Amino acid sequence: MTRLEPPVLELEAVRAAYGPYRALFGVSFSVDRGAAVALLGPNGAGKSTVARVASGLVRVSSGSVRVDGRDVTGEPAWRIARAGLAHVPEGRGVFDSLSVEENLVLSFRRRAGRGEVSTSLERAYERFPALGQRRHDRAGALSGGQQRLLSLAKVLVAPPKVLIADELSLGLAPSVIDDVYAGLADARRSGTALVVVEQQIDRALALASSAVVLDRGAVVYFGPAQGARAVAEEVVARRHRVEEDAATQVGPGARPPAGREGRT
Amino acid sequence: MLSVRGLSKSFGATPAVADVDLDVAPGESVGLVGPNGAGKTTVLNCVFGQTHPDAGTVELDGHDLGRLPTWRRARLGIGRTYQRLEVFPELTVRDHLVVALRVQRHGARLWRDLLGLGAPSREELAAVDSVLDAVGLVETADVPVAALGLGACRLVELARAIVGEPRLLLTDEPSSGLDEHETRELAGLLCSLQLARGMGMLLVEHDLAMVEAVVDRVVVMDLGRVVASGGFREVMGAPAVRRAYLGVP
Amino acid sequence: MEQLLGFAVPGIPYGCAYAVFAVGLVLTYQTTGVFNFGYGAQAYASAFVFAWLVENHAWPTWAAFLCSVVILGPGLGLVFDRFLFRRIPSTNTTARVVTGLSLLVGIPALLPVIFGNGNLVGAPSIVFNPDTVYFHLGSDVPVNGIYLSAVLFAVVMLVVLVLLLRTTSLGLEMRAGVESRRLLELEGVNAPRVTATAWALCGLMAGLAGVLLAPTEVTVQAQDYVTLMVAAIAAAACAALRSMSVAAVVAVLIGVVSLTAQGYLPTSSFWYSAVLPAFPFLVLVGALLLVPGLRRLDEAKDPLSSVDPPPPPPSSRLRGREIDWIVRTGFWVLLFAFVGSMLTWMPPSWETVLNQGMAYSVIFLSVTLLTGTAGQLSLAQATLAGIAAFTAGQLARHVGLDFLAGAVLGALAASVVAAVLAVASLRLRGLGLALMTLAAALLFDVAIFPAQAVSGGTGGITLSSSWLPLDLFAPDGHAYFLLALLVLVVCAGGVALVQRGTVGRFLAAMRGSELGAAGVGVNLPWQRVLAFALSGALAGVGGALLAIQQTVIAPGEFNYQLSLAFVVIVLTTGVGTVEGAIQAGIGLVVVEQLLQYAPQRLQGLTFVLFALGALTYAAHPEGIVELEKRRWTERAERVLAHRHRSPATSSVGPS
Repeated sequence: MTRLEPPVLELEAVRAAYGPYRALFGVSFSVDRGAAVALLGPNGAGKSTVARVASGLVRVSSGSVRVDGRDVTGEPAWRIARAGLAHVPEGRGVFDSLSVEENLVLSFRRRAGRGEVSTSLERAYERFPALGQRRHDRAGALSGGQQRLLSLAKVLVAPPKVLIADELSLGLAPSVIDDVYAGLADARRSGTALVVVEQQIDRALALASSAVVLDRGAVVYFGPAQGARAVAEEVVARRHRVEEDAATQVGPGARPPAGREGRT
Repeated sequence: MLSVRGLSKSFGATPAVADVDLDVAPGESVGLVGPNGAGKTTVLNCVFGQTHPDAGTVELDGHDLGRLPTWRRARLGIGRTYQRLEVFPELTVRDHLVVALRVQRHGARLWRDLLGLGAPSREELAAVDSVLDAVGLVETADVPVAALGLGACRLVELARAIVGEPRLLLTDEPSSGLDEHETRELAGLLCSLQLARGMGMLLVEHDLAMVEAVVDRVVVMDLGRVVASGGFREVMGAPAVRRAYLGVP
Repeated sequence: MEQLLGFAVPGIPYGCAYAVFAVGLVLTYQTTGVFNFGYGAQAYASAFVFAWLVENHAWPTWAAFLCSVVILGPGLGLVFDRFLFRRIPSTNTTARVVTGLSLLVGIPALLPVIFGNGNLVGAPSIVFNPDTVYFHLGSDVPVNGIYLSAVLFAVVMLVVLVLLLRTTSLGLEMRAGVESRRLLELEGVNAPRVTATAWALCGLMAGLAGVLLAPTEVTVQAQDYVTLMVAAIAAAACAALRSMSVAAVVAVLIGVVSLTAQGYLPTSSFWYSAVLPAFPFLVLVGALLLVPGLRRLDEAKDPLSSVDPPPPPPSSRLRGREIDWIVRTGFWVLLFAFVGSMLTWMPPSWETVLNQGMAYSVIFLSVTLLTGTAGQLSLAQATLAGIAAFTAGQLARHVGLDFLAGAVLGALAASVVAAVLAVASLRLRGLGLALMTLAAALLFDVAIFPAQAVSGGTGGITLSSSWLPLDLFAPDGHAYFLLALLVLVVCAGGVALVQRGTVGRFLAAMRGSELGAAGVGVNLPWQRVLAFALSGALAGVGGALLAIQQTVIAPGEFNYQLSLAFVVIVLTTGVGTVEGAIQAGIGLVVVEQLLQYAPQRLQGLTFVLFALGALTYAAHPEGIVELEKRRWTERAERVLAHRHRSPATSSVGPS
């Protein structure tokens, strides 16, 4: 891959405090134009925090974030969004009180331009017919999975420069996950760089060209997708070993000697 | 044990659940799967009394639950976890379980509090800690839940639901937000709980590996209706299910 | 027919005035997510400044208009946004309601401080001359400039705003921003600017409303605007805070019905004297009970609320063993020093002040229990205190019951009223509950407390020393102090024990998630009624205690404004802990007393100071006192840790 142009997203030695309990310690990685990066790691490793730092939801305490070559460190989230970064947050990412159509219109006006709103709407309903059927319903009345779909429809129809999808397949039925991954592949072909946070490691790695593995707020692997699986599993396994050791070492007064029959 | 007959519910013009029949025998675990918006969560809500159905009955051990409020159903021995978290942010993990246990103890709560007898007893703490141990939350027992991540919060909800030893457990996408390792552990935990306590279970889940590992029987819903039911392998092999749910032609 | 028209048509401008405010309330709620209790106060500020410039400084009308409406109106809105509402996490409904309340309490108190006292008479009208009769409706119903400007303004405002909100992209972005500013930012929208624009727009509307409608009232007085606000709130509630058109129509109807009834009812009847003034409150209560949309207020949660860092742990949890020992010892030393000083050298004037502070502390404990522990916002705590005081007073006067025994019965009565209020509002929460309790407080203020049979008229009941066993009234004795101390210690201990016990855990669970609490089997309706009943009893005990201290029980001591101030004060100092309530009670009277030494003009500033406290409350919902305690505890722990570092390994903190 030639590196004539700068990476479209670049995090350099990013530290972020995020409440008293979770944080990032010097995270660095970059995403090239049109590339796809899988962001892996056990729960609480800081994957969501990385996504939020990149989109400006969480302030960086040191280090820098660059989008498309421009330093956006410390800029508000809306400026970063206008620079071409789209972040689909984990869980619900829609406005409950607005209708499905209003949600899409709000998004397309910025991303696709005012003139393109109606054609974008058509494309969205064509691609996700379930949304078309319920276009006038309040988004809050949709099921959890449909809301997820709506928040992905916003970005897949008008692909941005970088798309960060947090917990991509969470709560989606298998057939829909296929659709969404197909949409992501399309977006990538049209030049969108992808950062995918995903629990289903195999799916994410099948899409991605490279991978970042996080553990306790630090990068332990950044490289080709092929090598990531082993590292990610190693990290998870280590984490669980450590937890079990700690559990057996908790002070004697804290806990009566109950059996561990719960685990299988 | 649980018997749902002719359950229907619509929100506005959209029918969410239409004429659903569903049974869970004691000690049986049933998986409820289907595409997004199929009405799975609505079925759970109706069983738990958070939504009242337009038509149909929900019976527990032969008693019609009618329009009993949620808290009464919980005291009858139904436990539940939620798709969107419903934890108590300012309480510690341990206090979540203490609340769930205390509900069982009747009478004179206020007077006991005023006499300074409100602190958890040794037996209560033992019961709570054994559940925390089983779920793997011992380390964070004294942390306020607001400080925990999504995965840990799901486990807190599960622990809170099972500490009162329910006869029927309703779980709504328990694996979402958990990594593969944790999902496997959770599946094992649910299996062992079911074996040890003879607890019935209704599991809504998209992770089919987990469904296969945990359930005895699967019910597939689409557009508010039951489209198939039976053993995991035969149901997942049915062409209708493959089309509607798995997306394989 | 002619007569009906004659009574009804004058109601239209009143109705339109209500409508202008009702639409403003709905607008603010829809575009900023705040139910702006301070809307009337904003309008009042503009009207006041307008009249002040024209009357006292002889400014030309247009310049005064420019200054008071075009500059001051949006300016106030922007200030509110920048310094208050922007800092409030979108999930914190209580904070939003209370900050709105603090504006209602603060602004009318602040204006005389800035501009001097005295009512301003007869603000000039802008568009139409108020005294000119432009035409007649029917044969003999005159339509003057006031009518015309009110009607015209209401209609134009409604049309413009509905179009703005429903058809423009700014309107869409404003509505989206209410639900989640962060999600809006992710769409590439400058969400802070959208919210600021919304506030400026609402401020402009409030200013316009104030100045255009000022001539309908003879004097520019805060009280008129409060009456206006109640009718407007009732209309907005009927529209479920959602539809501006429905709000406008209901508001006009309230105006027309009130004035028509006023025309037909005999002036001496009960209906005229008690029911008519309460009419808007009855509409409000009816709406709260019946309009289903009000039960779902504030239901939309910010999906990105987890981006906010979790609330800090309470300071008591941070304390290590040594600090804990110091704090405990310090507490006892302080308590003994306090009791000792009160009994020996404290000057009587200050002893009186501190006694009053203890009585307030008991009332404030009711806020701690209800709002801090159970998470239920009640704006009727002063009313509940009043119920107990009046009950005890009347029992002593008519039955000859000992006042202390009467106080116990009074507390019971307050507890019952609170429980009834809780049962009536079981389906409401957050803002809906706040409005319901506010309506109850206003109803008592307007229709019940002024009645001769309840309070003995506006003068109130004067306590007689024969009603009390000890020399509790004696100015130089310490009997009252000891009684108040005993009551305070018992109540504070009780609340602390409840907070730590089963009931406290249940209430905390309910505060955290009603769905989750019900899901484990907590009987939510019962817990709510219990919390209200306990809180009512506490407020009642405090009210009776305050009555003994004041020796006069007057309706003015227990009005809704005090209820609002109480909640604002306690939330500002710290609503989560028992100490917070006591510090609030003592703080209130000490600040008031200290202001006695300040220039005359500043003496009404007590509430303003506490309303300013909302500045910190917005950012630190745990309260100032709790915040400072946490900071000091952390500092002290650091110092200790530093000293301990030399003798090698101490315990390892959480990773």
